[in-house]
Amino acid sequence: MDKLLEVSNLDVKFRLDGGSIFDAVKGISFDIPRNATVALVGESGSGKSVSAMSIVRLLPAEQAIISPKSKISFNGTDLLTLPDADMRQIRGKDISVIFQEPMTSLNPVFTCGDQISEVLRLHMGMTPKQAWARAEELMNEVGIPNPKLRMQSYPHEMSGGQQQRVMIAMAIACEPKLLIADEPTTALDVTIQKQILDLIAKLQQSHHMSVLFITHDLAVVGEIADQVVVMQHGEIKESGEVRQIFEAPQHPYTKALLACRPNVESRPRRLPVIEDFMSEAGLRPEHHEQRRRGYEANDDIVLEVRNLSKLFQLKDGLFKKREVAAVKGASFKLARGKTLGLVGESGSGKTTVGLTLMRLHSASGGEVLFDGVDLLKLSEKEMMKYKRRIQIVFQNPYASLNPRFTVGQILLEPMKIHSIGKNEQERVQMAMALLKRVGMPEVSFYKYPHEFSGGQRQRIAIARCLTMKPDVLICDESVSALDVSVQAQVLNLLQDLQDEYRMSYIFISHDLAVVKYISDQVMVMSNGEVVEVANADDIYLNPQQEYTRKLLGSIPKGWDGAKAA
Amino acid sequence: MSAVMPTTSAAPLHQLSPGLWTLAWRRLRKDRVGMVSLVIVGFFLLLILGSYTGLVAKDWSKEVGVSYANPTFMAGAENLEAKQAGAKQTKSEVPYVDLSDIDPLAPKYEEWAKRTAEIKITEVQRAETLPFGGDKWGRDVIQKAIKGAETSIMVGLVAAFLATVIGTILGAISGYMGGRVGDFLEWFYNIFTSIPYILLILAFAAVFQSSPALAEYKGIPMVVAILAFTGWTGIYRLVRAEYIKHASREYVKAAQAIGASHSRRMFVHILPNVSHVCLVQLSQHVVQFIKAEVILSFLGLGVPVDSVSWGTMLAEAQSELVIGKWWQLVAASISMAVLVTAFSMLTDSLRDALDPKIK
Repeated sequence: MDKLLEVSNLDVKFRLDGGSIFDAVKGISFDIPRNATVALVGESGSGKSVSAMSIVRLLPAEQAIISPKSKISFNGTDLLTLPDADMRQIRGKDISVIFQEPMTSLNPVFTCGDQISEVLRLHMGMTPKQAWARAEELMNEVGIPNPKLRMQSYPHEMSGGQQQRVMIAMAIACEPKLLIADEPTTALDVTIQKQILDLIAKLQQSHHMSVLFITHDLAVVGEIADQVVVMQHGEIKESGEVRQIFEAPQHPYTKALLACRPNVESRPRRLPVIEDFMSEAGLRPEHHEQRRRGYEANDDIVLEVRNLSKLFQLKDGLFKKREVAAVKGASFKLARGKTLGLVGESGSGKTTVGLTLMRLHSASGGEVLFDGVDLLKLSEKEMMKYKRRIQIVFQNPYASLNPRFTVGQILLEPMKIHSIGKNEQERVQMAMALLKRVGMPEVSFYKYPHEFSGGQRQRIAIARCLTMKPDVLICDESVSALDVSVQAQVLNLLQDLQDEYRMSYIFISHDLAVVKYISDQVMVMSNGEVVEVANADDIYLNPQQEYTRKLLGSIPKGWDGAKAA
Repeated sequence: MSAVMPTTSAAPLHQLSPGLWTLAWRRLRKDRVGMVSLVIVGFFLLLILGSYTGLVAKDWSKEVGVSYANPTFMAGAENLEAKQAGAKQTKSEVPYVDLSDIDPLAPKYEEWAKRTAEIKITEVQRAETLPFGGDKWGRDVIQKAIKGAETSIMVGLVAAFLATVIGTILGAISGYMGGRVGDFLEWFYNIFTSIPYILLILAFAAVFQSSPALAEYKGIPMVVAILAFTGWTGIYRLVRAEYIKHASREYVKAAQAIGASHSRRMFVHILPNVSHVCLVQLSQHVVQFIKAEVILSFLGLGVPVDSVSWGTMLAEAQSELVIGKWWQLVAASISMAVLVTAFSMLTDSLRDALDPKIK
């Protein structure tokens, strides 16, 4: 096949703060054929984005060192040795890039029309009038409704999906030969993700482009890629045709990546993690045995929520106030030792439910019955003894631990506040034991959060909740920010802890496959309303509502989905 | 928060990882400009400690030289003022008139003369030149500059510390609480900043100095108070913005979830995360207040006449320059310039060391 881009021996090192050198990419080689989609898959730190950014030379010049042996040949020219001025010509015209966060990639003070036509004027030499007209066509092509009006909109007036469409319109404006998409759907909801993926696939065909698609999620890749390159620790572990990667993966890492992400069809007792594939022993029986889930009639109900609602007051103008209902009359029951999954797109009010029922937000109405006591009616003082019994693990493990506290201080604080443990020494021992329980070495006690990876920090956050021995644990997108392999580890940990302590979970997530895996019952929310509540298996096999069906239809199906289509 | 010192078997594991301050110190140590500034600032601090305890510049107020004594390196230069002063003394002697014929006390003359002779008048030998010259009263300019540094730096440090404390507490309350309390503090802040700075200082100075209740605090404590009460506004705004940002962070929510009280969240959780901002502000305000003290003293609203600061030295230099006596001006301004520059550069290095991302 005719090659558009050849990367050979790419080797990138980073100079770190302390003067040490970090090997980001260790001499990798891959090709992008003309008119094809290549997916670069890997977890964080695998060097996938660094490789892509070195193609367009957008790495920070002071820190990145590209070895002189590396070569990136695009249409016959070596991009790494090209003068800056020529590179600027290629960047944006022949090669264009879409980033993960559309909101921060668009300039907030210019209208979308301005931004698209600017690209056209710069690279295609169009007059402002021509550029404007062409920009409107592009807006239409990327599927923005009412393009004439939307040309005048500022980025903040559009939704995340529409912003990403504008970014795509800018990227394809100059008919690039290569489009680099760096996690373009990671920040979007599943339904929007599907639309954007379809759009990129369609444009790739109609514009005869090549696409380099970077993602951490193998499931996304199956439907759009022709070839897949799997990276880990700066090295290519496996590359090949998409069929081969999905049907006959050779490298254990690829196998692990495929297996450790929960899917809708099966629910093993334990998710396999990368170590299981790398070790001699291989998979154990519990990785194949299925776990039964669902509420049963004789379940002991810990928490019952009736008609919970939450209004947010927004300032409208100088004196006027506007009310927005984030949650409208949500009711559900939580059984002891079971998990309630809460799914919905962003803005559906699922997080607000979690925060309101533990009174991190004040509720506007309804009842939260915990052991028969309405938590919403308690005074701040009476609430204190219930606080320790409902705990929360937040989404972002980088933000939810105080960076100025050592792990020890983080774990001891709740015990001090709730006078758990007789004295300091006993508390330290309890904290050490908990650290061990969540799979962290005891030395961590003296370290600061920044010394740990995302998965380890989430373990610390879980340990902090466990110090209070809660009955109910709310997991607010707790595994969403983690890499798939780490996600599997944390999900296994949560499962073990539930079996051990009989805790009940409220598991909030936008990831339907993960929710299906961990939940007994699933509640689907949309625009603050509860759409459907049912046992997990029922809802996935036999959704009753139109919205639920639409949501389920958007789950990336990986290779199976692509085969079926 | 107190560090946890377990006495269990975990002792060999005990190795605290470097925290923010340790890391910042490591970065600062690599910064050559920062270290040089730190040494200079440290030198000044040692100097004022010395002058405070009386080890150096104890005799700054002794009139050791002739009026406007020349600097040693300019010994030959003409000093008209000193000559004039000397000439005046001789001229002022009254011509002697003999009254012994009519004076009834004439027999006592002899006894008086005797007793007068017993009193020894030791004429202090006033130096013609001083190492860096003398002022109008013949005081050593170098010693004055050292003593002046003590006043100026003390005023700057204490006032900046007070202003930072006021600004941080109000900013924390306003940013964290928001709502009515926040609105009230914002209103208070707006009124404060709507008055031109110098006028505000003048108004405070006038009120404080005329108040009989505060009479015993007149002088340096009052200058400190005036500067602190007018200078907290900038710190307040910055700390408030930081608190607004941090109050919605997940780690604060997590603290709320585990049942931490408001004050605990404000001062145990958030404060360590904004403390680097406070420190940089503190350091910046030291410089600003040293300059403000100089301006106040120059205008005559600062330190009292019986003490000396860089500001009073500059005020004196104003009239001296006309007659060509420049050394007091140079002594005060060079020492001030060196300290202020070093302190400013130290502030910059501190900010870089504490927040390496901004660089």
